[in-house]
Amino acid sequence: MTPLTNYLLLSAFLFCIGLGVALSRRSAILVLIGIEIMLNAANLNFIAFWRFGPTPSALTGVMFTIFSIAIAAAEATVGLSIILAVYRRASTTDIEATEAPQR
Amino acid sequence: MTLVFLLLAAITILGMGAAMSLRNPVRCVVGLTVGFLGLAALYLQLGAQFVGLTQVLVYVGAVAILIIFAIMMTRSTESPEQQTFSRLWFAGIAIAVVVFAVLGWAIHFGAHMLPTQAALPELPVQQIGDALLHRFVLPLEIIAVLLTAALIGAGVLALDDPAGEKRGPQ
Amino acid sequence: MIVFSASGAERADQIFVLIKHWLMGYVPAAAQPLASAVLSVVPILMAFPLIFAITTLLERKGLGRIQNRYGPNRVGPWGLLQPMADGLKSLTKEDIVPDSADKWVHLCAPLLLVVASFLAYAVLPIGRNMVVANLSAGVLFFFAIGALVEVAIFMAGWSSRSKYSLLGAMRAIAQMVSYETPLVLAGLVAVMATGSLSTVAIVEAQAQYTGILPHWFVFTPWGFAGFVLFMIAATAESNRSPFDLPEGESEIIAGYYIEYSGFKFALFFLGEYLGMFATSGMAITLFLGGWSAPFSFLTWIPSYLWFFAKLLVITCGFIWVRGTLPRLRMDQLMHFAWKFMLPMTLLNIFAAAAWKFFPTGVVRWFACAIFLAVAFVLLTRGLKKRGDVRARQYRFAD
Repeated sequence: MTPLTNYLLLSAFLFCIGLGVALSRRSAILVLIGIEIMLNAANLNFIAFWRFGPTPSALTGVMFTIFSIAIAAAEATVGLSIILAVYRRASTTDIEATEAPQR
Repeated sequence: MTLVFLLLAAITILGMGAAMSLRNPVRCVVGLTVGFLGLAALYLQLGAQFVGLTQVLVYVGAVAILIIFAIMMTRSTESPEQQTFSRLWFAGIAIAVVVFAVLGWAIHFGAHMLPTQAALPELPVQQIGDALLHRFVLPLEIIAVLLTAALIGAGVLALDDPAGEKRGPQ
Repeated sequence: MIVFSASGAERADQIFVLIKHWLMGYVPAAAQPLASAVLSVVPILMAFPLIFAITTLLERKGLGRIQNRYGPNRVGPWGLLQPMADGLKSLTKEDIVPDSADKWVHLCAPLLLVVASFLAYAVLPIGRNMVVANLSAGVLFFFAIGALVEVAIFMAGWSSRSKYSLLGAMRAIAQMVSYETPLVLAGLVAVMATGSLSTVAIVEAQAQYTGILPHWFVFTPWGFAGFVLFMIAATAESNRSPFDLPEGESEIIAGYYIEYSGFKFALFFLGEYLGMFATSGMAITLFLGGWSAPFSFLTWIPSYLWFFAKLLVITCGFIWVRGTLPRLRMDQLMHFAWKFMLPMTLLNIFAAAAWKFFPTGVVRWFACAIFLAVAFVLLTRGLKKRGDVRARQYRFAD
């Protein structure tokens, strides 16, 4: 197993942990945590391919990761304010309690 | 598989695994922070100094703190009345396992086609600055607009709601 | 490798580097990297806690004199053995952990704080050729480590399961996050002037002299404004007075470390002061020329002595400010960060950029100074007229 496949397997495992968190937890904030884990796993993938790829001097992997980190921060901000706004109406962050409209 | 890689991978997986399975949301965030730090160390080991330090600065210093604030403000620190896992948690875990199986199979069978560059690239930060302002200036400007929009949007969404405040938690 | 026939001043300057090379000669080749790391790190671990002990005494006596009383003067002559008494007390006090506290997080919080505070010293150049790790992104490393401190403070506040500690932790984190942006932006002007993120390169760019005057960045208009803004933000980042609302005794009874006693409390104290020294060290590196002497005829004094002298002056400045200014309220603090410090640092960056584009001469001094002065006056008058004081809203108290 080359070093690159090690990193790719680690990144795939982290991605699936993030997917598991996002699909199986009940609190909306934890779903967001799962999404952040998935984004981080993808970033690791980019950096691994940059390091072991043919032209590291082109800096493509590093640039993509920097932009991905910035976008993830922006998305976490907006996602958390949405969760706060929903909390203010429904008084809970439970995604299953907010499924059906309250009567 | 070098020892350093195994150690860092173990730390990262433990942290993220804790984020997946712990009941208390604040402990999940602490596990997530450990995972972020493990990933930052992996980036440093791969030779991407700037990205690793930016990961600590942005993810640990901003995103984790943001999630902590959100947990505080939604009162999730007190004993969780709701159950930890949703109704269909088994399906969620099964999907994650299937996805990992597919990805693992793809990596294993495609391994012979992957490049094998071995030398550590030398990357002074100045090159990143040059690239940002010459080749990648359009994404840079778009990111600036996106961040401004996110800032304004988050501020508007989280503004005080006088009618809601008077009602209080029901 | 320094030749041993160098002049006496050079040898005194490089004495620690020479001692390290001599000791490394006795280490077998296989253990060289580890021994080099240990020999670089151990002096930091010994020197800065010693400075911490001296500073606790200096602060108590200094504050006492400012408040028209003697400081501690019973233990030893003039109270000089007071730090030893304090250390002994904190080691022998009972370690109380609240029953409902989260034991592991309660234990890890002071450890993380101290580790993060020590890590920040890795990129500070204490003397010529005396830096633990010459990273090419040293300044970024320093600010990234500062972010770890916030997580440690939150862990301390939340794990104690006490309303005071949680409230104190939220205030502290809000304050530190708000002042982190002006801190980074104020330090950015020095990076812009040097063209490198490496602390060693920044100090070496300031270690030149025209005539007898040094090239320190603090002597330029944008550098002076940057230094003042950096020090204000550093005071807020270290939770020092007048920004010590999260931990003021009369306010919130020690805030986030209210449930800590004995050695863990001493670790918090140590971590806080170490953070203060590290940020002062970064201010010295970025603006005050690091280890370089103020006049070109004083370069015979060893470089590390200049670093510690500047650190002493800045620490005395911190103590003076603590004894003199009243505490800021939370909303005043936040208004100050977002409505004054952030625009001022952005305008300072603009001035520093304009400095580079002007031709060298007297014109750019006047242009930058007048621009910054006008911006400062307009900003402060505009903010005062709006009357930015309102009733506070507590979101967490029931």
